[in-house]
Amino acid sequence: MVRVLTLKDLTVRRGECPVVDRVSLSVAAGEFVGLIGPNGAGKTTLMRAALGLLPATGQSSLAAMPAAARAHAAAWLPQTREVAWPVSVETLVALGRTPHLPATGRMRPEDRAAVEAALARMVLGGFRHRSAARLSGGEQARVLIARALAQQAPLLLADEPIAGLDPAHQITTMEVFAGLAAEGHAAIVSLHDLGLAARHCTRLILLGQGRLVADGRPGDVLTRANLANVFGVRAFYARTVDGPVFQPLEVVR
Amino acid sequence: MSVFARASRRLAGPGAALGLWLGAVLSATAAPERVVSLNLCTDQLAMLLAAPGQLVSVSFLSRNPMISAMSDRAQGYRVNHGRAEEVFLMRPDLVLAGSYTARPAVRMLRRLGVKVVEFPPERSFTDIRAHLLRMGRLLGQREKAARMVAEFDARLADLRVTRGPRPSVALYGPNGYTTGAGTLADDILDAAGFANIAARAGVPGGGTLPLERLVMLRPDLVVTGARYPGASQAEALLDHPALTALRANLPAAPDTGPEWACGTPHVLDAVAEMRAARDALEAGK
Amino acid sequence: MLNFRLLLVFLSVLVLALFAASLLIGPAGLGVGTSLRALLAGQGEAAVLVMREIRLPRALLGLMLGASLGLSGAAMQGYLRNPLAEPGLIGVSSSAALGAVIALQSGLAAAVALALPLMALAGAVLSVLLLLALAGARGASLTLILAGIAISAFAGALTSLVLNLSPNPYAAAEIVFWMLGSLSDRSFTHVWLALPFMALGWALLAPLGRGLDALTLGEDAAAALGIRLSRLRLALVLGTASCVGAGVAVAGAVGFVGLVVPHLLRPAVGARPGRLLPASALGGAAMLLAADIATRLIAPERDLKLGVVTALVGAPLFLHLIYKTRKDGVW
Repeated sequence: MVRVLTLKDLTVRRGECPVVDRVSLSVAAGEFVGLIGPNGAGKTTLMRAALGLLPATGQSSLAAMPAAARAHAAAWLPQTREVAWPVSVETLVALGRTPHLPATGRMRPEDRAAVEAALARMVLGGFRHRSAARLSGGEQARVLIARALAQQAPLLLADEPIAGLDPAHQITTMEVFAGLAAEGHAAIVSLHDLGLAARHCTRLILLGQGRLVADGRPGDVLTRANLANVFGVRAFYARTVDGPVFQPLEVVR
Repeated sequence: MSVFARASRRLAGPGAALGLWLGAVLSATAAPERVVSLNLCTDQLAMLLAAPGQLVSVSFLSRNPMISAMSDRAQGYRVNHGRAEEVFLMRPDLVLAGSYTARPAVRMLRRLGVKVVEFPPERSFTDIRAHLLRMGRLLGQREKAARMVAEFDARLADLRVTRGPRPSVALYGPNGYTTGAGTLADDILDAAGFANIAARAGVPGGGTLPLERLVMLRPDLVVTGARYPGASQAEALLDHPALTALRANLPAAPDTGPEWACGTPHVLDAVAEMRAARDALEAGK
Repeated sequence: MLNFRLLLVFLSVLVLALFAASLLIGPAGLGVGTSLRALLAGQGEAAVLVMREIRLPRALLGLMLGASLGLSGAAMQGYLRNPLAEPGLIGVSSSAALGAVIALQSGLAAAVALALPLMALAGAVLSVLLLLALAGARGASLTLILAGIAISAFAGALTSLVLNLSPNPYAAAEIVFWMLGSLSDRSFTHVWLALPFMALGWALLAPLGRGLDALTLGEDAAAALGIRLSRLRLALVLGTASCVGAGVAVAGAVGFVGLVVPHLLRPAVGARPGRLLPASALGGAAMLLAADIATRLIAPERDLKLGVVTALVGAPLFLHLIYKTRKDGVW
């Protein structure tokens, strides 16, 4: 198994208070990891620290790399959907090729192919020449995912990529990530929709107050005790003929 | 309403001593006894003509040797900065001012009932004669003034170049300022036997002459002014390589000194200096 | 790609044409033939002086200054992701002017010629750092403009103070030169003084294109794309300060070029900040040369300030931009 990310005792402090507290884990190629946890659990901080975008103690295989090498090893999709200029969708997606371009900045055939593949994967062909700044929020989110896909890194880290998407696009996007994993890439995706997480992810990592609470197959993580202790909810969770179904029912705290 | 009534109504109460003094002012129909000058040029006319003790104060500019032809003499007088309050407290019975300078002070002094006489800038030798005589009348020094005019005319006649070629000269100051016909500087150049190039350039009175036009006019001599301390873009123009190159082929010229600034008999020193330059130029040909 | 190249070719031709016009227009009223013979063959003593020592340095400075302002405007906007970021509007130019005026009036510039551009550069660096500190990494429009107004006002007041206290009677009248800028009677002395610093600025800013493109996605995403932001920021601060500092030191603070040019060219380059850099450099040179020609045509004998012309074009556009920002928040 090819490991694409290894964290050892990764800790991020804000003042005295640890926001991410001694998290150790490793992710291998082929995995689609759902990073779950309540608001403020440290999901975003964990991903940013793992990428080396935040000062942290402990070890992260990605943070240890020089910036250029890291850009080849992992793609990062921040939660804030920022498109500062009205560039075309195609141009925006092509930004994902930044780490691969030669010094001249010229797009080579393989770069164009990567952009085309990303556009096709997110079904954005028709948007190609539209201004990315003038798309709807959901469309913009998909364009930004396509940008991250165009980077073609072995690992994709995405912070709440399906927030604000309609149900159909949520499902197709999750399928895109699962497809990536099936092709031998890996994805770590933070999300709040535990139902989608349970259905699509090969593995879930549950964070609570900065600590790693549980790490394993969805059925092993979404236990009654974990849900009550970490999320403070009770839920319906069953394997059905349509696959796993998860529905939060009530607040228990 | 008399000046006294108006002033004393303003000053009612605290002004007993002032009232007495104002009375003295009004009774002085003869020569004024406390004269204050606010302008560089009236300063010099007054210093030339006033009786000892008659002139109380001159402007601070008169002590600056860069612009004042009589800076040594001015050291012996109190200076003022052209502000109404300080001038009023000097209790003048006559204030001399330029017609373009210290305007707010002049208005205020008149409101306070002080006699202010204005002198426009001198634009010619004729103006110099007229101003000398006018200043003489104001200060009660008519004979001294008449004598001074006669001396001025005699020395001017002596210096004036009436024959021979008239080489061209350009006065070139900060910001490319030059002076043409109808100015005192033009009279000085004319008396010294020069043809002022500003006339050929079509600059009437004073105005700017673009450097490239100056270069194309190819004057026989370029005269600039002495530099002030500190720095300015205006003066930096005089260091422009094109001007330096132009002047490199021309004989050295005197600077326009403080004698050029005001219409007094001191302008004859400027005439003498320019004439010497002109004679040297002709001798060199 | 082809379109972009075509745009650059078009702008280059425009710059060349305006450069030629700048050489041929002047109060001396030389004919085209006389001008060219003097310039190229060195024929005609006085005309040679006019062409080679007066008009050529002026045209060259116009080209250099315009390119510097266009380039640094585009780079700052790309970095701050804000189309209102312009060296003149946000106080960088006035701070550079303060540095230059201090160098001149303290006598430093008279002792060491390089002190003039260096002090202007120092003023510019200080203001950029202050701006980044005040307005934050992604300069929100309001904070950026407010910080800029404060810095402009403060630097402008200090400049006026220094000039008012100068022993030189002409200095105080030159507040307007430092605030509006002028190319009249600039010489090769100024060209050689500014050129090394401007070249340094161009060299620092020109390679930022890829990083600025990536910044379209925000700082985090750009960093994850391998862009070293701290290096980019350093190059931006020093590059902008070199360009603006050197320009202001020799020609005063000409405003709005860095605002107008990137705004007009942005649609032509598909809004890509990287492509906007070379396009804005050329466009800035064209605008400044045109403005300088205009000052000579409108009021030939009056030394109309360059900044007056650029502001007449730029200020209405600035208002338009503010209105647009308020209306839809999208550039």
